[in-house]
Amino acid sequence: MSTIQELLQRDSFIERGARSRARALLDTGSMRELLDPFCGLGSPWLPQQGVTAQADDGVVVAKGLFEGQPAVVLAIEGGYQGGSMGEVGGAKIAGALELAARDNRHGVPTRAIILFETGGVRLQEANLGLAAIAEIQAAIVDLRRYQPVIGITAGTVGCYGGMSIAAGLCSYLVVTREARLGLNGPAVIEQEAGIEEFDSRNKPFIWSLTGGEQRFHTGLADAYVEDDTAQIRATVTGLFVRGVPRQHRSDQAGHFLARLSQVDATVQATPDTVRTIYSKGDAS
Amino acid sequence: MNHATETSRGAIWLATLTDHAPALPDYPPSVRVVDAPLAGDIARYIAVLPDPENRFTRARTGEIGLVEGWQLARAVQQVVAEDRALPVKRPVVAVIDVASQAYGRREEAYGIHQALAGAAGAYAEARLAGHPVIGLIVGKAMSGAFLAHGYQANRLIALDDPQVMVHAMGKASAARITLRTVEALEALAATIPPMAYDIGNYASLGLLWRTLTVAQPDTPSTEDVAQVEAILQAALADIRLDPERGLASRLGAPHRQASAKVREVLQQQW
Repeated sequence: MSTIQELLQRDSFIERGARSRARALLDTGSMRELLDPFCGLGSPWLPQQGVTAQADDGVVVAKGLFEGQPAVVLAIEGGYQGGSMGEVGGAKIAGALELAARDNRHGVPTRAIILFETGGVRLQEANLGLAAIAEIQAAIVDLRRYQPVIGITAGTVGCYGGMSIAAGLCSYLVVTREARLGLNGPAVIEQEAGIEEFDSRNKPFIWSLTGGEQRFHTGLADAYVEDDTAQIRATVTGLFVRGVPRQHRSDQAGHFLARLSQVDATVQATPDTVRTIYSKGDAS
Repeated sequence: MNHATETSRGAIWLATLTDHAPALPDYPPSVRVVDAPLAGDIARYIAVLPDPENRFTRARTGEIGLVEGWQLARAVQQVVAEDRALPVKRPVVAVIDVASQAYGRREEAYGIHQALAGAAGAYAEARLAGHPVIGLIVGKAMSGAFLAHGYQANRLIALDDPQVMVHAMGKASAARITLRTVEALEALAATIPPMAYDIGNYASLGLLWRTLTVAQPDTPSTEDVAQVEAILQAALADIRLDPERGLASRLGAPHRQASAKVREVLQQQW
C-alpha cells in the first residue's frame, strides 16, 4: 500500500506520453528519435477516410543507450487512434526490430523494449496493419535469439489483438495493475459471442480475468510493477541482466497443453480457477 | 469421422495434397498433421479443422482456440527439433482455412494470446532455422488465426476464389469498433485496398507470392491438385534458392510503398 506522500512523489509512467516514456527509460541524454514527426511520414490511408493523420503515426522509435548498451525503445502512443497499428506505425516497429537484429549479427548488441499500448490492428488499414503485425512478430522472434526483447504494458489502453500475440513472443513482459492483456477486445467478444459470454461494460470482470495483476499471478507476465517510472526502469534493468531465457514462454507448448488438459471446459472460467491451474508447475 | 470436419476446405485440400496419407495420431481432431511428400521429399502439412465436439465450445467451427494454438506450436516445434542436426530442413506447408480466433471468456482467461504466440513463434523459428515454410490459403485467413497459422511463411500462395478471404476482423465487429454501419464499411472497402475482404485486393498489397485459379476449389479435380502441387514445388525451389530467411520478399508493391519507405529512412537514420 502506498501512502499519500508516496503517491504525490511518484513519477507516474502511465501519465507520460509515448515520447516521454521512451526518454525516461533510456539513459539520460542518450535518446535520439528516428523518423520523428518532422519527417512527415503519416498514414497514407487515414486522410482518404476523413481521419487526420498524425505525423508520427502514433509510434515513437527512440534509439539510445540503456545502462550503457545500445538500445531501441518502440513506444506506441495509446492516445492516438487507440494505439492501433497501421501501415506506417507497424513498419516503424518492425523495421527497427529488424535493424536491431541485424546489429546483433554484426556484433553490435542492440536490445529492444516495446511499449504496448494498443488495441491491435487499425481497422481503417486492416490488412496492412495485420501484415505489419506479422512482421513485428517475425522480427521479435529473430531478435530474441540474441538479446532479451522486453515488453511493457502500463495502461491505460492495454494490449490487444495481434499485438497481444507480439507481447506473448517477448522474452519478458512487464505489467501494471492498470494494464490489460488479451487477444480479443471486450466489445468484439460481446459482439461475436454475446453479452452472457463477455460483458464489455463490466470493468471489474474484465480486469479480474485479463488485468495485469491476474496475468502476473497466472505466469503470463514476468513482472508486476507500480505505476512508477523509476521502478519500471529498475525492473527492465533486472530483466536484461537475466539475459535471454532458456526457454521463451511461447516455446512452452507442452507445459501449457498439460495445464489446459486440466481445465473443466463445461464451466465458465473464473480468476481463481485460472490461478489454480496455471500455478501447478512453474511456467518459467 | 465427422462430416463437418471432413468437408471443410482445409480438410479436403490437406487430404488431396497428401494423397490421403494418415494423420499423426497424437493430435486433436481440430489440428491435423500429415507427413507426406513434396517434390520427392517428406514435408509436414498442417491444417486446422472444424471439430463440432471440441470441448471448448467457442472453437467448434474452425476457429483457432487455446488447444489449437498450442498444438500447432507443437507440430511445428517437433519438426524443428527432429531436423536440428540435418543440413537440409523439411518443408512445412500450412494449409490455411481458418475462420477466426476463438472469441470467448475461457479463451481470454487462459491466455489465448499466448497460445497463438506459441504457434506464430514456432512457425517463425522454423523459418529462421532454415525450414522452407509455405502458406497455402484455400479458404478464410482471418485475423489472429492467420497470424498463428501461416502468416510467418516464407511464401504465401492463395487460391483466387470468392470464398478465399483475408482480413483483420469480421464485418459486423469491424463496423462496431470503427463506429460505422456495415454498409459504410463496405463502401470504404470498395475504394481502399487494405480494407477490402477479397483476395484480388489483398494480392495488390504484395503479400502473396502467387495466386492461382482452380476449377473446383471445393472438390479439387486431378488437374486442380496437379496445379497446386506444381506451385508448391515452385515455391519450395524458390525458397531453397533464396538466402533470405526473413519476410523481406513481401515488400515492394505499389499499395505498400509506405512500408518500404519507412524501412529505407530508418536504415539511413539508424
